[in-house]
Amino acid sequence: MIEANQNTTSGSTHLLGEKSTVTNSMSAYSVLLEILKRDIRVALRRQSDVAAVFFFFIIAASLFPLGSGADPKLLSAMAPSVLWVTALLSCMLSLSRIFASDYADGTLEQMLLSNQPTVLIVLMKILAHWILSGLPLVLVAPLIGLQFNLSNEQLQVLAISLLMGTLALSLIGSIGAALTLGIRSTGVLIAILVLPLYIPVLVFGAGAVNAVSIGMSPNGALSLLGAVLALALVFSPLASAAALRIALE
Amino acid sequence: MEKKLDINWFKYASPKTFYPLAGKIIPWCAIGAAILIAYGLYIGLFVAPTDFQQGEGYRIIFVHVPSAWFSMFLYLIMAFYASMGLVFNAKLSYMMATAIAPTGAMFTFVALVTGSLWGKPMWGAWWVWDARLTSELILLFLYIGYFSLQAAIDDKNRADKASAVLALVGAINVPIIYFSVKWWNTLHQGSSVSLTKAPAMAAVMLEGMLVMAIGFWLYSIAIILMRVRCDILERDSKLQMFKKD
Amino acid sequence: MVFIANNHVLKVDNLVGVRGDRLLFENINFELDQASVLYLQGENGAGKTTLLRMLSGLSKPYAGNISWCGENIDNLAEEYYKNVLYIGHLSGINEDLTALENLQFSIALSGKRVTKKQTADAFGNLGLFKGLNLPTRMLSQGQKRRVALARLWLQDAPLWILDEPFTALDVSATELLKEKIEAFARDGGMVIMTTHQEFTLNIPKFSQLRLDKNVIKKVA
Repeated sequence: MIEANQNTTSGSTHLLGEKSTVTNSMSAYSVLLEILKRDIRVALRRQSDVAAVFFFFIIAASLFPLGSGADPKLLSAMAPSVLWVTALLSCMLSLSRIFASDYADGTLEQMLLSNQPTVLIVLMKILAHWILSGLPLVLVAPLIGLQFNLSNEQLQVLAISLLMGTLALSLIGSIGAALTLGIRSTGVLIAILVLPLYIPVLVFGAGAVNAVSIGMSPNGALSLLGAVLALALVFSPLASAAALRIALE
Repeated sequence: MEKKLDINWFKYASPKTFYPLAGKIIPWCAIGAAILIAYGLYIGLFVAPTDFQQGEGYRIIFVHVPSAWFSMFLYLIMAFYASMGLVFNAKLSYMMATAIAPTGAMFTFVALVTGSLWGKPMWGAWWVWDARLTSELILLFLYIGYFSLQAAIDDKNRADKASAVLALVGAINVPIIYFSVKWWNTLHQGSSVSLTKAPAMAAVMLEGMLVMAIGFWLYSIAIILMRVRCDILERDSKLQMFKKD
Repeated sequence: MVFIANNHVLKVDNLVGVRGDRLLFENINFELDQASVLYLQGENGAGKTTLLRMLSGLSKPYAGNISWCGENIDNLAEEYYKNVLYIGHLSGINEDLTALENLQFSIALSGKRVTKKQTADAFGNLGLFKGLNLPTRMLSQGQKRRVALARLWLQDAPLWILDEPFTALDVSATELLKEKIEAFARDGGMVIMTTHQEFTLNIPKFSQLRLDKNVIKKVA
């Protein structure tokens, strides 16, 4: 490892007004990766928070058969909607986690003062959130789908739609999380802000699985879902970054 | 107190000229609105002929259709003022956006209720999940979100900016939401029932709706300007401008 | 100790600070160049933190202009942030991460990679040798404060903005920090700080700004 030719005691030289020529500077890519790794590392040390969302999904999905009777035909008819809505709500419940703790301890303002563009930093935090809250749902939903009598093809499409959909939900939801930073009782407020924006994702995601149920191809719905995801990827970090700056003013 | 006034003028220069100007416009718009809405209702209730298919019940479209137009139109105007506020950091723009929201929400609500009242005698159901009505419902949710966010943030400065961002995000989403609801509708219902199937327009019906629309427009201007004036007074309570001495 | 010449100048014109509808301060004008320290004073609630946040770029002033080397800091954005090291009231430390992880991440945000040894040395400069591998939740207030301040030994930035940096520090840590600030300023660095403690730093260009009186006093 190449050590920088600076000592770190109080007599250190400061590269004031000079471009840094030491080889310990990090590329933008490395810095962003560090942010992603850190968010995941922090979350893994608070496993109960992450697991809670996962368990909510499982428990809430089981409520529907209990509420309507366990007729297999009925269950498989309502399964796409039930599973998708439950996944959507699970995602929504975990949104405040994206920024709240960093806001409270001052890390968020340090991130805004970093020389990386805020938009990219926000994107990394959203990705970390998705990996921890969205991906587990993608893996467990097909298993719950078995309880609802879905066919193999439906389960596959369910997984694919959730894979794209949960990422879109994390992206769009981050806007709500950023707008409501530091406000008391944000849980319900985030829901009011974000649920209307979630509707296109729900319509196309559940629509894809429903298409399979009635014997049509899911490709139309899935491409539309992909389009919504692409738009969310481009615009959500911008909106969230703007909202963060406003919250920290 | 001289110093404080100087600072306030710098930022509130627009409201200073705006306030009296708005005061002059409001009465004209209010009167115009009253006249046109009365005339429009007259056309709708008495002049327009009985519809061949739908009988008398269709007359509610004279309120339903212009309301729906305005609910959408006002949201876009609100988003426009929100973006102007964000770009120029002009308090007056934020105040306009805030003032538009209640009227937009009201029109949305009226559109939903009149849509429901139309549906009942026509198709026997109080609510029909067609693309237009469902989109109106979601638009109402967007308005509610805007109010809720403003109400939840104490700092006026942050409330203005945050709700402006939300209005913009909502505006970008409106076409996407509308498209997705239409797509959803065709997938599930086919085209059996639709409130967009208005009766074939006789010229007089179109005239009636246009008159109502312009009446609504004048009403909106009057009431929104009144709200902004109230907002100016509230925000600027330290301003000596309105002190009687 | 090497003095490296630079021509960085922080200029503040007619700054006005408002919170809610309360005027905090106005007519703030000063210019800061290399090797100087500005000491911001005022009672609680006078607006010191607000002013520091404006200078760091986090808040926008109600009116007025802040420029760095002739350019408005709003236009510079990240170009300006590269030059600033801001330590505010909040520690910027995640309690689930260890001290070493926290500091490495802090420095990474400024674009610099540091080794474990370098981070441990930085903590050593503030007298913190133990508990570096524990989640910082387990450290005392004073220790946590030192974790937050250790960046001063590792991050390269010509302008330091410090909001009450001596809070929760014991006598020896206070001394170490004082020496560090003095050394930094002598090397050509610029420091703007607030503190409730009454002392003067041994620095040639040292000025004070009292917020409720808006007076800039250059001390010897």
